[in-house]
Amino acid sequence: MSKVLSKTDSEIFKSPREKDLLSHITSTSLKYKIWIAVLLVFVVFGLIGYYRQLKFGLVVTAMRDYTSWGIYISNFVFFVAISLVGSLFSSILKLNKNEWSRPLTRISEIIAVSAIICAAVIIIVDMGRPDRFFYVIRYLRIQSPIIWDVIIISTYLVISFLLLYISMLPDLGLCRDRLTSVPRWKKKLYRILALNWNDNPRQWKKLQKINKILAITVLPVAFAIHTITSWLFATTWRPGWDSTNLGPYFVSGAFMAGAAIIIVAMYFIREHMNLGRYITQGHFDKMSKLLVLLSLVYLYFNINEYLGPAFKMVGVEGEHITELFVGNYAPMYWLVQIGGLVLPIILLLFKPLRKPLPAFVISMLVLLGAWFKRFLIVIPSLQHPYLPIQGVDESYLHYNPTWEEWAITISSFAWFLLIITFLVKIFPVIPVKKEEAFIKSNSNSQSDNDEI
Amino acid sequence: MENDTNQDSSRRKFLKNLSAGSMITLTGMACTSVSCKQNSGEKTTLMTTDGKLVQVSNSEIEAMEHQHHPATPAEAREGIPGKKFVMVVDLAKCKNAKKCVEACDHTHNLTPDRPYIKVLEMQDNEKSAPYWMPKKCFQCDNPPCVKVCPVGATYKRTDGIVLVDNERCIGCRFCMAACPYSARVFNWGEPPREDENIPYSPETSVPSKIGTVGKCDFCPDMLRQNKLPHCVTSCPNGVIYFGDEIDDTVTNGVETVRLSTLLKEKAGYRYMEELGTKPRVYYLPPVDRLFPFEKDTELNSES
Repeated sequence: MSKVLSKTDSEIFKSPREKDLLSHITSTSLKYKIWIAVLLVFVVFGLIGYYRQLKFGLVVTAMRDYTSWGIYISNFVFFVAISLVGSLFSSILKLNKNEWSRPLTRISEIIAVSAIICAAVIIIVDMGRPDRFFYVIRYLRIQSPIIWDVIIISTYLVISFLLLYISMLPDLGLCRDRLTSVPRWKKKLYRILALNWNDNPRQWKKLQKINKILAITVLPVAFAIHTITSWLFATTWRPGWDSTNLGPYFVSGAFMAGAAIIIVAMYFIREHMNLGRYITQGHFDKMSKLLVLLSLVYLYFNINEYLGPAFKMVGVEGEHITELFVGNYAPMYWLVQIGGLVLPIILLLFKPLRKPLPAFVISMLVLLGAWFKRFLIVIPSLQHPYLPIQGVDESYLHYNPTWEEWAITISSFAWFLLIITFLVKIFPVIPVKKEEAFIKSNSNSQSDNDEI
Repeated sequence: MENDTNQDSSRRKFLKNLSAGSMITLTGMACTSVSCKQNSGEKTTLMTTDGKLVQVSNSEIEAMEHQHHPATPAEAREGIPGKKFVMVVDLAKCKNAKKCVEACDHTHNLTPDRPYIKVLEMQDNEKSAPYWMPKKCFQCDNPPCVKVCPVGATYKRTDGIVLVDNERCIGCRFCMAACPYSARVFNWGEPPREDENIPYSPETSVPSKIGTVGKCDFCPDMLRQNKLPHCVTSCPNGVIYFGDEIDDTVTNGVETVRLSTLLKEKAGYRYMEELGTKPRVYYLPPVDRLFPFEKDTELNSES
């Protein structure tokens, strides 16, 4: 099929830009198929783990009465963090009129939607009674931070989805018009999704207006989603959680992880989709600098989070700090803080390390650090209650996740990548049509849109 | 299942609506009337569930077994009227006999690895002597667990008791994270088998359900029968006093004392008052101990 297409490429696509950005939809490589197969294997492992959990209960996990939240919750916090990246690009960078970040907007929105879907699913996996999920609506009690989280996550999911979808309308119209040799279901999909888009200037104006409204509304919601997630912890008396610093600490950490995941995504798009002309070295350079800035903010909140309690060393708070700094969790703690935070900041200050490959490797370090950081936020706190842990089984004192927990957690990443891959495969990952260009060429009276 | 519950609940409501006094009268009358069923014609005045007085001919009356039915989840949300339950634990008397733990584990069908009551070995500082501290749910008046529950599965009653409804709990475990006293345990797996026929009640906490949370409940099923919680009656050393704040009396089963006098004279305190949770469990400091602090549990449990 791809052979037939390549013959008529010049007839189908009106510009090389269209051809570059749309051709991956029509041709499927072997590499792509292997990638999907590998992800599906992990998904199957996760499903086996979850089947066992449904059958025997949460007893298949390593969670027990003291460590009552485990890697499901820390993974949930990680995915919520990742999802904030959508707002970074569609809102902060866009409203600040950054032109260079435009090609990255769609991938950031795709990542945001996938991450928030995964976060919502993981929280259900963590429930002891998933069959009673709808009790959350039926018996809703608004004073519980969990309910705030449910409300804000669903709000953010809707806005993120709209941000992705609405801004893609012109490209969907393009897919409908240009991609004539795709299977019928795809044609139908593009036709329905494009909502009669026909490049009418009135449509463009409306689209621009909606996008602006969405870009502004997503910002407070994005800040709220991670702040409220931090309140799941900050509203308790646990050492390490009982802190007014937790909201900004979580939000800044989320933006850092978000910038890192964009660099990783950029690397894959550039290497595997041959889009080097659109995702340039300059993008890696700018994103790396942005990552340094966001990491510095996170570093500040980290110092703020640990210095006070470490200086005072009060009771269980002191025991918790000791455990992190020099105790059982010390190796993980220092690896995360140095390898996943301090080192990336230093390395990315050097220009040669802001090139695609080194920036990708450093961003992977940041992401790994970000995941384990959430482990360190959730688990050690639970192991330092006010009253001593006595008279329980030895296994209650430690937490080593079981294979079921790892399988489910790894499969959540497989799901995450599957959703992203699916969206990237059937839609243009880089916006093909530029709204400013269109508006400028169609109306001369537009003076506020000339920042091209 | 729904139907069963409805029938059960109407029967239970009937019993509940009768005051203890009239219940005895009713049972008495019923028994007499049964014995003289033949020479009927006489009528007896009875009270129905909705409080109406009706006359029933004696031949129609049948004796009914005096049975205690545990409260349904809906009934258990109401506290026992006119009561404010309170507990006082005298640390000077505890020698870690663990009889309270055993009795509690037995009645609530708990495995030893996740008991509702724990007897903790405490030592306030290096110089002071260690002591045993029996710890259960503090039934806080400002309960963090109730505040965080998203579905109202854990709730505070008018009689001061905080209960968990296993039929509503979604198993999010936020209450476990929120409780500063680690009072809550979770049914990580299927709870050990027990009599399947007992209907579930938040007042008895049995049979507990997989994937839900549990904790010390102050045994409201016993309280409804004017009996003391199992931990109080099982303690060989009279450590635990239980009673009503409104009556201002507490008893350990042997002696009954004024709550206010006891707390005043023995300097009663609540654990971690500074958290503002307002516990309903008081402690009397471990001064003038009855027993030496002995770590050997075997020795301690010998009575």
